[in-house]
Amino acid sequence: MSGPNSSYDPVEVTPLHPDEVAAMRDAALETISRTATLDELKEARLATTGDRAPLSLANREIGALPPHARKAAGQRIGQARAAVNAALAARRTELEAEHEARMLVEESVDVTLPYDRDPRGARHPLTTLQERIGDVFIAMGWEIAEGPEAEAEWLNFDALNLGADHPARSMQDTIFLEPEDAGVVLRTHTSPVQARSLLSRQLPVYVVCPGRTYRTDELDATHTPVFHQVEGLAVDKGLSMAHLKGTLDTFASAMFGDGITTRFRPSYFPFTEPSAEVDLICFVCWGLPPEVESCRTCRGEGWLEWGGCGVVNPRVLIACGVDPEEYSGFAFGMGIERTLMVRNGVADMRDMVEGDVRFTLAFGMEL
Amino acid sequence: MRVPVSWLRDYVDLPADLPVTDLANRLTLLGLKLEAIESPGADIVGPLVVGRVLAYDSEQHSNGKTVRWCQVDVGEEELRGIVCGAANFAAGDLVVVALPGAVLPGGFGITARRTYGHISDGMICSARELGLGDDHRGIMVLGKDLAKPGDDALSALHLRDDVIEFEINPDRAYALSVRGVAREAATAYGLDFADPARTFPAARAGAGYPVSVEDPADCGMFVTLEVSGFDATAPTPPELARRVQLAGMRPISLPVDVTNYVMLELGTPIHGYDRAALTGPIAVRRARTGETLTTLDGVTRTLDPEDLLITDDSGPIGMAGVMGGAATEMTDSTTDIVIEAASFDPVVIARGARRHKLPSEAAKRFERGVDATIAPVAARRVADLLVRYGGGRVASTATSVGSPTPHAPITISSRLPAEIAGFGIGADSAVEALRTVGCDVKSNDGEITATPPPWRPDLTDPYDLVEEVVRIIGYDKVPSVLPAAPAGRGLTKQQRLRRRVSRAVASAGYVEAVTYPFVGQQDWSALGLDAADWRRTTLRVANPLSDEEPLLRTTLLPGLLRVLGRNAGRAQGDVGVYEMASVFLPSPGERVRPPQLGVDRAPTVEELKALEATLPAQPLHLGVVVAGQRTPAGWWGSGRVSCWADAVEICREVARSLGVAIDVLPGQQPPWHPGRCAQIVLADAVIGHAGELHPKVCQAYGVPARAAAAELNLDALLASAPDSVTAPVISTYPVGKEDVALVVDAGVSAADVERALRAGAGSLLESARLFDVYAGEQVGEGKKSLAFSLRFRAPDHTLSDAEIKAARDAAVRAATDHVGAVLRQ
Repeated sequence: MSGPNSSYDPVEVTPLHPDEVAAMRDAALETISRTATLDELKEARLATTGDRAPLSLANREIGALPPHARKAAGQRIGQARAAVNAALAARRTELEAEHEARMLVEESVDVTLPYDRDPRGARHPLTTLQERIGDVFIAMGWEIAEGPEAEAEWLNFDALNLGADHPARSMQDTIFLEPEDAGVVLRTHTSPVQARSLLSRQLPVYVVCPGRTYRTDELDATHTPVFHQVEGLAVDKGLSMAHLKGTLDTFASAMFGDGITTRFRPSYFPFTEPSAEVDLICFVCWGLPPEVESCRTCRGEGWLEWGGCGVVNPRVLIACGVDPEEYSGFAFGMGIERTLMVRNGVADMRDMVEGDVRFTLAFGMEL
Repeated sequence: MRVPVSWLRDYVDLPADLPVTDLANRLTLLGLKLEAIESPGADIVGPLVVGRVLAYDSEQHSNGKTVRWCQVDVGEEELRGIVCGAANFAAGDLVVVALPGAVLPGGFGITARRTYGHISDGMICSARELGLGDDHRGIMVLGKDLAKPGDDALSALHLRDDVIEFEINPDRAYALSVRGVAREAATAYGLDFADPARTFPAARAGAGYPVSVEDPADCGMFVTLEVSGFDATAPTPPELARRVQLAGMRPISLPVDVTNYVMLELGTPIHGYDRAALTGPIAVRRARTGETLTTLDGVTRTLDPEDLLITDDSGPIGMAGVMGGAATEMTDSTTDIVIEAASFDPVVIARGARRHKLPSEAAKRFERGVDATIAPVAARRVADLLVRYGGGRVASTATSVGSPTPHAPITISSRLPAEIAGFGIGADSAVEALRTVGCDVKSNDGEITATPPPWRPDLTDPYDLVEEVVRIIGYDKVPSVLPAAPAGRGLTKQQRLRRRVSRAVASAGYVEAVTYPFVGQQDWSALGLDAADWRRTTLRVANPLSDEEPLLRTTLLPGLLRVLGRNAGRAQGDVGVYEMASVFLPSPGERVRPPQLGVDRAPTVEELKALEATLPAQPLHLGVVVAGQRTPAGWWGSGRVSCWADAVEICREVARSLGVAIDVLPGQQPPWHPGRCAQIVLADAVIGHAGELHPKVCQAYGVPARAAAAELNLDALLASAPDSVTAPVISTYPVGKEDVALVVDAGVSAADVERALRAGAGSLLESARLFDVYAGEQVGEGKKSLAFSLRFRAPDHTLSDAEIKAARDAAVRAATDHVGAVLRQ
C-alpha cells in the first residue's frame, strides 16, 4: 500500500480521464473474456490486475491529482477494477465448471463391468428353514429347546411310551451305539427333547425343538438316514386338539402363505393319543378345481402330507413328572427336509446332503 | 393291507355307483391311511367269454411247433374255430375265450386272423394274459361247474375289481382283515355291517385233535378242527384265488389258498397240518436249548428258549404264530387236515419274528393282536371252504383249549372327550361313537364306562377312548384355536450367537454344508493321525449304514473334505465350505451303564444325572475348508489363490463376530502342513487349528492342492462371548503416528512381536498394525523385518512429540527385550 501523496501534480493526468479508464477497463474485460483455460486466466489475471496492469498503474497516479479531483478519479478507477475482478471471478467459475465437466467425461467407465471379486457365501436351507420355523414360534411366545443327537434310549423311547418291544426300537430302524447295553442311540426323532423339556422346565411349557435325527434308511430321492425334524410341544392347563389345530394353522400360514390351513387324519404315535397326521392345503392349487386336477405339487390330491401330531399321551406326562389330571398338552413333528421339498420345490433329497455349492448358493442367507 | 372292494361289499351294502376314490377318502379320514388304489381288469374290454373245447386236432407244423385246431362252444349257434399253442387241456374242458374285438391287459387287441392255415376266430387265454398272475405254462382251465359256455368271463373270473391298499397303523390290528375294513366302511357311510364272524357258524367245542398248552399266558386260545377225505389237488375256485391274489398273496394250492383267504377275511391266521405227518398230540410250549426246526421256507433254524413252539411227539413242528414247519406241511397227497386257529401273546410272537427275521403275514397280525373269540368261527370257516371245494368231511367237534380274556372296562369322565378335543361333545355322542366301534358302553353320573370289543386290544387308556370318539365324530370337526403362550424369552444367548457365527462365516464367502457324521478308520489314515491321536478315540455304531464308516466323527474335516472333493469333481474347485455341527467324544474312562428307569414316575435328579453320564460329550464345532482361487483374476488385475491365511482369518473373523479375543500361535497338528498350521488359543486353552492342509491329505481326499482348513470348538468360543459390548471412549484429540521396522530372527512370530510392542507401548497405544514383512539381503540371512504402524492417542489431551516418542521407544524396547528385535534405521 502506498502512503498519502502530499506533493501532488497539479496537472490532471491523462490516464485518469474517464475515457481512458473506460478504455483500460474494456481492454481488460476483453482479455479476460478471451481466456479459454484456467492457465490463460491466470495470465490474464496478472495482465489485468497485476502491478504492471494499466489500471494498477493508473491507480497509482490518483495521489498525484489535486485533492478536488481525487475522489472522482478514485471512484472511476475503483469501479473499473471491481468490474475487472468480477469478470475474473465469473470467468474462473465458468472455466472451472468446463474443466470439471470435461474431466468427468474423460473419466467415464463401463459401469457394466462385472466385479465378482469376492467369493459369495450362503447358508444351508436346512439351517435357515429351521431358523425361520423357530422365529415363527418365537413370535408366538414359544422358546427353542435343544437336546443331544447321541441320546439315551430311555429319553428317545421309554419316556415316550415306546416300550422295550416296540418295533421302532429294532436295529431295522434305529442306529445304536456300542456297547449296546450302554443304552445310547442316535436319536430317531426330536421327541426326546419333549421329555427333556418337561423334565427341566417350569410349566407351562411351549417349545419347538428343531434338530438332526437319524434312522437306518438308505439315501435316495426321498429318504436320507440323517435328516432334520422340528418338534413342537405345549403343556399347559386346558390344552386341547383345537389348540393344536390353531397352532398348526398359524404355523402353516407362516410357512406357506396366508390362509393355508391344515387338516387332521387319525393316525398312531405311541407318544400322542389321540394322534393325527397333519396335511396342509396345497399352497399352489389350494385344492380348488380345476387347477387341482393338474397340480404337480400335490399330484391332484389338494393336500400335502406334512407331519404327525396329537395330544400328549398321559403316559408321557407321567414319565416326565407332569400330573395329567392337572395338565394336558399337544405335540407335533415335521420333517424339515420334507417341508423344504414341498415349500421350495426340491426334487431330490440328495441335493440337500451332497453339499454341491450350486444348490446352497441358490438359497442365499435366509429363507 | 390290500382290500378288494368286491370283498367289502360282501359285508356292507355300499352303493353300487360309489366311486372307489370316495370310499378310500372316507376310510382315510377314519384313520386307514391310503397307500394306493388299483383297478385291475379295468383295461380289459370284452367280449371275453367262457368256452368249452368240444374237440381239437393236433397239427405238426414245419416250424417244429405243434398247435391245436379247436372247435369251441362259446354259447353261440355255431362253434368257433380257434388255434391254440398250448396242450394242457382236454376235450370238454372249460376255458376263457377272448373273441375278436376284445382287448386284454396291456392293450393287447384280439382279431380274427389267419394263422397256421386256419382263420383263428378268437384266442384261448392263459392266466397271465388275463392279468391273473404269472402262470403262462398253458391256457387257463376252469373248474367243471364254474360256469357254462357263453358266460361272461369277466365276472365269472372276477377279473375286474378295485383294490385299495392301506397302510395300517399298529393300533388298528383289526383293519388287517376285510372284516375290520368293512366295519370301518359301514361306519363311514352309516350302513349296517354284516359281521362275517357272527354270520359264519363256529366249530363246536368237544373232542378233536388233542392239544395241550404249557402256559396259557403264551397261548390264550388254541382250536383244532379236523377235515378228512379231502382232495388237495382240487383247484382253487377263481373267485377265491383272485381275491387272495388281489390281496397281495400268491395263490398256491386249495388248502393254502383257503387258509390265507380266511386270514384275510377274518384276520385270524390259520395253520393247516397234514394229519398223517403228525405224531401224537399237539403241545404248545417254549423251545428247549438246542432244538431246531425246518420252517416252511426250507430254512433250518436253531431255536431260542424264548421261542414259542407248536410241537408233537416228534419235536417242534412249527414256530407258533410265525411260520409252520416243513415236516407237517400240507401237500398234494394230503387227505386229512388238522386246522389250527389260535391266539398267542403279541410280545412273544413279535420277538420271535424279529429274532428269526420272519415278518410273516401271521406274525404281523399276532404281534398286533387278533380277536381270540372268533378262533372257532375261523377254524370252521376254513373247514367248510376246504370241503366245499375239495370234498371230504368236517369233524363234528373241535378241540378248544383256553378261553379268551375279555378286555378290561375303561371309565372316563363324560366331559373328557370335549376337554381333549376342544369342542362340544355331549355324553350321548360319545356313547354312540364308542358303541359304533364295538364297545359295550354304560353311562351314568357323568361317567362313561366302555368295555372294548375283543378285536380292539389297543384300547386300554382313557385317552384311547377319546381318540375313538373324536375319530368317529370326525377329526375335521376340531376347531382351530390359537393358544396364548406366556411371554417367551426369545432366543437364548447360545442360539443367537450360533446364528451370528453362521452368518459371519457365510458373509465371508463360505458356503454351508450339512454332512453325515459317519467316518471310518481310513479317514484317520487319510488325515495322517498317529495311533495315539485323541481323534481316533471314537464311538462306534453297532449297526452302521456302511461298514466303511462305522464310527462317529470327532472332527468335521472328513465330511467337509468329501464335500470339497465332490465340488472340485464338478468343476467347482474354487470354493470355501463350512459346517457347524456336533462331534462325538466318548467320555474318558469306563462306559457307564444307564440307570434302570421306569415310566411310572419322573426320574429323580440323581437318576437323570446318571442318565446324562452315559452320553458322550457332543461339542459344537465349526469346520471350514477352502481351495482354489479365492479372488479370481479379472479386469481389476490378477486373482488370489486361497491359502493358509484364509483359514486363519476366518477363525479371527468368527472370534471378532463374537467379541472374543483369541490368540493365533504357531502349532503343529495333523492334518495340517507342519509349517503352516496355527493353533487358535482362547485364554490359554487350544480351541482349534487352522492353516494349509498337508499335501498328502489333499491327495487322499482328492481336493485341490494347497487347500486350507480350520476347525474350532465353537462351544468354547460361545461360552466366553460377552453378554454385551461396553461402549469405547472416543477421544477427539489428535492421533500420533509412528512407523517402526523391527528386525527379528526369521523364526520369531509376528504375533509375539506385536504382543511385545503392545505391552511396551502402554495405554497411549491406540492400534498397532503390521503392514510389511521383508526378508532379504538388507536384513541378513535368517532374519526378517516386520514393519508396524503405531497410532498413539490420549483420551484427555494432545500428545506432545516427546510423549509419542517415549511411548514408541518403550514399545521397541519391549520388543528388543522379549523377542530380540532390533530397530531398523
